[in-house]
Amino acid sequence: MKKSYDCLIVGIGGQGTILASNVLGDACVLEGRHVRGAETHGMSQRGGSVETHIRIDGKFGSLIAPGTADLLIAFDVLEALRYRHFLKPAGTMIVNREMVVPTSVYSNKLPVPTLDAVEAELKAGGHKVVLIDATAIAAEAGSPLAANIVLMGAASHTLPLAVKSLAEAVRRNVPPKTVEINEKAFNLGREVSF
Amino acid sequence: MAEESSKKYLLGNDAIAHACLESGIDFVSGYPGTPSSEVIDRLRTQKDPWYYLEWSVNEKVAFENALAASWCGLRSIVTMKHVGLNVAADPLMTSSSTGTKGGFVILSADDPYAHSSQNEQDSRMYAKFAQIPCLDPSSVQEAHDFIKSAWELSEKFALPVLFRPTTRICHSKSDVELGAQMPSERKGSFEKNPKQYVVVPAHTRPLHVELTKKQSAVAKHLVEAGYNRAEIRGKKAVIAGGISASYVEEILPEDISFIKIGAYPVDREWLAEITAQHEEILVVEELMPIIEEAVLAVANGVVVHGKLDGILPHEGEFSTALVAKALAAVGFAENNYPEAPVPAEVPARPAILCPGCLHRSVFYAMKKVFKDGIFPSDIGCYTLGLQLGAVDTTICMGASVTVGSGIAHAIEGAEVVSTIGDSTFLHTGVNGLINAVYNNANQTVIILDNRITAMTGHQPNPNTGMTACGVESPKISLEELARACGVKFVEAVDPYDLTHLLAVLKEAKEKEGVKVIIAKQPCVIMNKRLGIKRSRYVVDSDRCLKCGACIRYGCPALETDENGAARTTSLCTGCGVCADICPAGAIHRGGARS
Repeated sequence: MKKSYDCLIVGIGGQGTILASNVLGDACVLEGRHVRGAETHGMSQRGGSVETHIRIDGKFGSLIAPGTADLLIAFDVLEALRYRHFLKPAGTMIVNREMVVPTSVYSNKLPVPTLDAVEAELKAGGHKVVLIDATAIAAEAGSPLAANIVLMGAASHTLPLAVKSLAEAVRRNVPPKTVEINEKAFNLGREVSF
Repeated sequence: MAEESSKKYLLGNDAIAHACLESGIDFVSGYPGTPSSEVIDRLRTQKDPWYYLEWSVNEKVAFENALAASWCGLRSIVTMKHVGLNVAADPLMTSSSTGTKGGFVILSADDPYAHSSQNEQDSRMYAKFAQIPCLDPSSVQEAHDFIKSAWELSEKFALPVLFRPTTRICHSKSDVELGAQMPSERKGSFEKNPKQYVVVPAHTRPLHVELTKKQSAVAKHLVEAGYNRAEIRGKKAVIAGGISASYVEEILPEDISFIKIGAYPVDREWLAEITAQHEEILVVEELMPIIEEAVLAVANGVVVHGKLDGILPHEGEFSTALVAKALAAVGFAENNYPEAPVPAEVPARPAILCPGCLHRSVFYAMKKVFKDGIFPSDIGCYTLGLQLGAVDTTICMGASVTVGSGIAHAIEGAEVVSTIGDSTFLHTGVNGLINAVYNNANQTVIILDNRITAMTGHQPNPNTGMTACGVESPKISLEELARACGVKFVEAVDPYDLTHLLAVLKEAKEKEGVKVIIAKQPCVIMNKRLGIKRSRYVVDSDRCLKCGACIRYGCPALETDENGAARTTSLCTGCGVCADICPAGAIHRGGARS
């Protein structure tokens, strides 16, 4: 039924989900394809959970329906779990092996989740799960802030977009001084095996 | 110099701003409000702008400025969020009578689902109320294209045009076909015409007659110009307005007619003619049943589904999946969407006050001193103080002061402490303060002064010392302003100095009448952008009592380690308030600057 390739990018406000989604959007425009995206702005950006919807070849609304996303890119394992239900059964998730424990856990005295337990729960969901140490790889490329671009590199194997377009879109979207670092981050991300 | 037309991946608000540049805009004003703020934020960073632009102190002020520019023959736009239009409703309701000269567009962005708003009101009602055209785009591209034609529409009928995007237009992105920028060289001039511009009763009565006469021509034009159009394909039809039209288009079967409403008022004859060609109609529109009621008025026996028979909700935001469900419910199509899977249980991660935010320490101190206090608050980042039990009421801009006065007069001996940001205080809070002093309310007002309009994306205000375009401006003195209102107790404090803050609050508590405390610290996000750094605080785990006092402070930079001792994280911005809170003196400055 749907003709678009739907990708959800999730993380915590300030982690760079919007920049990552701009890379996908610009890559679509470079290829002369339609694209729709939906973003979180305003107060929810203050350290809250954020989601960005991208519909490659999308010509209509920008929102992805739960249970229909082709790909989930998560900057944090807890956020991957939070949005997992958006994936279709045969969908793939590419997840940064990082966990920022929400402040609510401490202030409400909830049990502190562990990385291993969250990973195990993600893997039990029946989707294809790719966990990557994107922050460490980004640090190797020159800056831990490039973790979002490492994830883009890893996702390039799955996305219906040419690597050339994605790489060009990365160059256009990152701050000029960090192009080299981000190019490296993208390439290192591409080396991650599925 | 005109730039080449091109296709770009753009945010809805950026596409709207670009359309303003393509339309030879002369005058821009507005007050920030999610989801509208990025339109002016884009326009104010334009290199060598040929137009006048301002962030105004509130929407009424912004509206009247832009209306005056239109009266001077300039193309003007005023931007705000839906609830801002309530503030501007006074001039709005009469601007349709006076009419306009240069094209005048009112951008009021609605927020179905109240993603970042206090209600879900439908601005289309305002257009009906004021008898002005309303444009309701279904996509980012259409938002861009509608803006370009909005000025022509306004100039054709000499009426303000309400442009009403929703959050899902403003904050969606899309490939957008852009045109060339068209700098304007128009010069303003004012032709005196009291019969139009001075609305004394003798003048306003004939103006109202003129306004009524325009309505049918406007409605007919909106069909002729293609804003409202019909594709007749069978005996069943879906009529959809605004963003809902794009949800319908994605999944509508080919044998069902598709009628798209992009503008109001909807021509009654046209609608009656279309309705009569069908046996059964589903109306799809977010929020109020405005199209549905118009269709019902001409239905003449045709079955009409929508909100009024319970097929679709009156509240919230629609989606393609929701429309699919409605189409299936009325038997127009099968629903191919899966049942929404059950989300996993994950600890909530709501938006939270930043590490080092001045609001947190004010809330902490306020709760310590006013143990039985009632805490009216306002619209801004500090509404997040709700999570800290420091916000008891929030209704609209400026109402922390007035609700505080009301409670103070209603309950004898009530300990009322209102909190309000600097931008909100200057928006409508100051009126309430004048009233509180005049009527001798017994309340404390804390102005949370971070020198910026933070929540909506750090727009400057009269307290910043800089205009929207970055030109230096006189920085208003909140202390002098409060004193000029007649407040005797006015104290400025550094909220990072917890000891002093507590002392000032205790002093205020002992005094009668209106007390104003101004807590001054720049927004930590602005500090970060300006490169201002303080060294981190660290916890001496040997001295930590594991009492949880610092954890309860609720700062995202504090957590507990595996042994239950507190520790700071790299998020720490070095405000040092936790060090003052720690009963064991276990927290001290020590980490690297971050």
